Amino acid sequence: MEKNNSSNKKINKPVNSSPYPIFAPDVDSIVISIEEAGRTVDSIKRQEKVTHIISTILTYIFIVALALVVIFPFYWMIITSLKQNSEITNVNQTFFPTIVMWSNYVYVFQVFDFVTFMGNTIVVAIFSTIGTLLTTIFAAFAFARLKFKGRESLFLVFLMTMMIPGEMMVISNYVTVASFGWIGEGQTLIEAYAAMIVPFWISVFYIYLLRQNFKQIPNELYLAAKVDGKSDWSFLWRVMVPLAMPTLISITILKFMGTWNSYVWPNLVTQEESFRLISNGLRSSSFVDVDSGQTEYGYQTAATMLVTVPLFLLFVFFRKYIMRGVGRAGIKG
Amino acid sequence: MFKLKKKEEMVENVNVNADGTAVLSDTTYNEEENVVVRLISHRKNKKPYQITGIEDVSAKNNWKAWLYLGPVIVLIAVFLIYPLINTIFIAFTENYQYASGQFDGFTLNNFGVILNLTPTALGVHEEYFTRYAIPNTFLIVFVTVPISTLLALIISVALNSIKWFQKILQTVFFLPYVTNAIAVGMVFSVIFDDHGIINYIFNTDITWIYGAQPMTAMIPLCLYIIWSSIPFKILVFLSGLQGIDKQYYQAAQIDSCSRGKVLWKITVPLLSPQILYILVTSFIGAFKEYTSVVGLFDGPGTMGENGDPNMETIVFYIYDKLANQTSLAAAAAVFLFVIILLFTLLQFAVSKSRVHY
Repeated sequence: MEKNNSSNKKINKPVNSSPYPIFAPDVDSIVISIEEAGRTVDSIKRQEKVTHIISTILTYIFIVALALVVIFPFYWMIITSLKQNSEITNVNQTFFPTIVMWSNYVYVFQVFDFVTFMGNTIVVAIFSTIGTLLTTIFAAFAFARLKFKGRESLFLVFLMTMMIPGEMMVISNYVTVASFGWIGEGQTLIEAYAAMIVPFWISVFYIYLLRQNFKQIPNELYLAAKVDGKSDWSFLWRVMVPLAMPTLISITILKFMGTWNSYVWPNLVTQEESFRLISNGLRSSSFVDVDSGQTEYGYQTAATMLVTVPLFLLFVFFRKYIMRGVGRAGIKG
Repeated sequence: MFKLKKKEEMVENVNVNADGTAVLSDTTYNEEENVVVRLISHRKNKKPYQITGIEDVSAKNNWKAWLYLGPVIVLIAVFLIYPLINTIFIAFTENYQYASGQFDGFTLNNFGVILNLTPTALGVHEEYFTRYAIPNTFLIVFVTVPISTLLALIISVALNSIKWFQKILQTVFFLPYVTNAIAVGMVFSVIFDDHGIINYIFNTDITWIYGAQPMTAMIPLCLYIIWSSIPFKILVFLSGLQGIDKQYYQAAQIDSCSRGKVLWKITVPLLSPQILYILVTSFIGAFKEYTSVVGLFDGPGTMGENGDPNMETIVFYIYDKLANQTSLAAAAAVFLFVIILLFTLLQFAVSKSRVHY
């Protein structure tokens, strides 16, 4: 240690051989402070390494602990859906079902009309997605490629509508849809679908997103298409849409997820239980045991599993598109 | 060589006008090859070629642009602009009937009624909005937004600093986003059940959900809202963090800054645009909380479907009154809109001096 210190001192001592003074009056004191601490470069390096390892371990402990908290509800959902009701409400909670009750799922298929709700959700999701994609593509194309009077000011108006909370619209949209005759007594399935689909054929945010994407496509491609005698229409479908495909896939998936999660609007505009979507079905289905009058948590959680698993599958297959889309969009639906 | 020469000859035949436009002469004679090179132009000489960008090429298509925009403009007018105006209009009408569109004249009374200043036309005091909806909403906003934003920030910084398993952990933290709000709310109500796992682990005997005190029930509700709002924030923060130049951190390392100092003096200021974006969007989102209450409590309060609506939020109130007391619902919606607008403007005003772009 001592030896190291002295050699350190030698190296660090400034040698002012030039006729000009060094403009570093504190150099001496810095050397002294290193000596005083009794530490060499090596020991400082070693200590830094130790601190680094410790902080890395602490970071991992922190992150993994929080990650466990985050996935705990999912774990609890899975095991509760496989437990007997007596085990779920027992004073002593178990972290794994003693008897695995697959029959919960069988029962749920009898009580919870999963197939109907799922069918409704898929139909509504498909048609509202197609509509949204078409309007979004057209509008984004016009804003990105075509020039017309008032383009910028119209786009500004579009962007301003994004700031209005949806609840402001729901009341009047309810009135509007009612005046179309889509809700009220004697509502048919088609009318219910229309009421759930048509108001959601626009998303200003997706128009904004796609316009940005279209703008990145170089002018040269457009001019080349013009030289080849292509119309705007075929340029849009042959060049721009294929090039913007990742964004369009993101929009499609987010729209699907939005429909899967929509609860309020379908609840308002549908007259009959069998017209509703999956979230409504989940909350309105009764999982109360007929004999005991108690809520059967096993059945209830099995039903939530059925609603959650398709979303998870979607996530597994389209993780990249979902995370990128959300990162830029940040709104469900 | 031959090609180059030919090109040069052709250029000679292009006369450049004083205003910078080029006019091609119609025919030229190439002496070396003894052929007439005919340059065909469909345009008349009076209209010289203009070499400019795409904008002018499309300028003729003005009517076409409106054709492309047609569907969107119709839909936006019907489902966005008109509803906005109409909702404000309904908020000032007395006893609006949505089915017939009839009402009993204009009034300012709706705002007085929801704020419990004046009785309704039937002489009934409407007290749920001031007693439950407003306090609950503000409590949710001021508890969940700061906690979840801070937590998301810390998690993102930690995630950004690790090497192994980064992608997997990132995906795990994103999972709550890919769920159905109602479904997970129901799972949370099982977790917080009287005989649920929370009471078991902490060895307590607290009624959290059904039949609980409103303040106690707020805890699982806020936890659930924080849990479900964190993924989006982490995603935004992480993409922001990955955009920060590494040089700042190297400079801090040379100056041997502590980790806390690096976080508050470098990361947070450089992340301020993302933080502002997250704060604005999550304040708006928290003011509109609704499905979490439905998922957790299966109704407006801890006393079930017909009990006191003690967990009601502003949006819950709006949907509750929508069909039968449309005027009150509209007044509450306008109230919410004004609050959100004020909050957003306030945030932008505060951020002017704090956010570094």
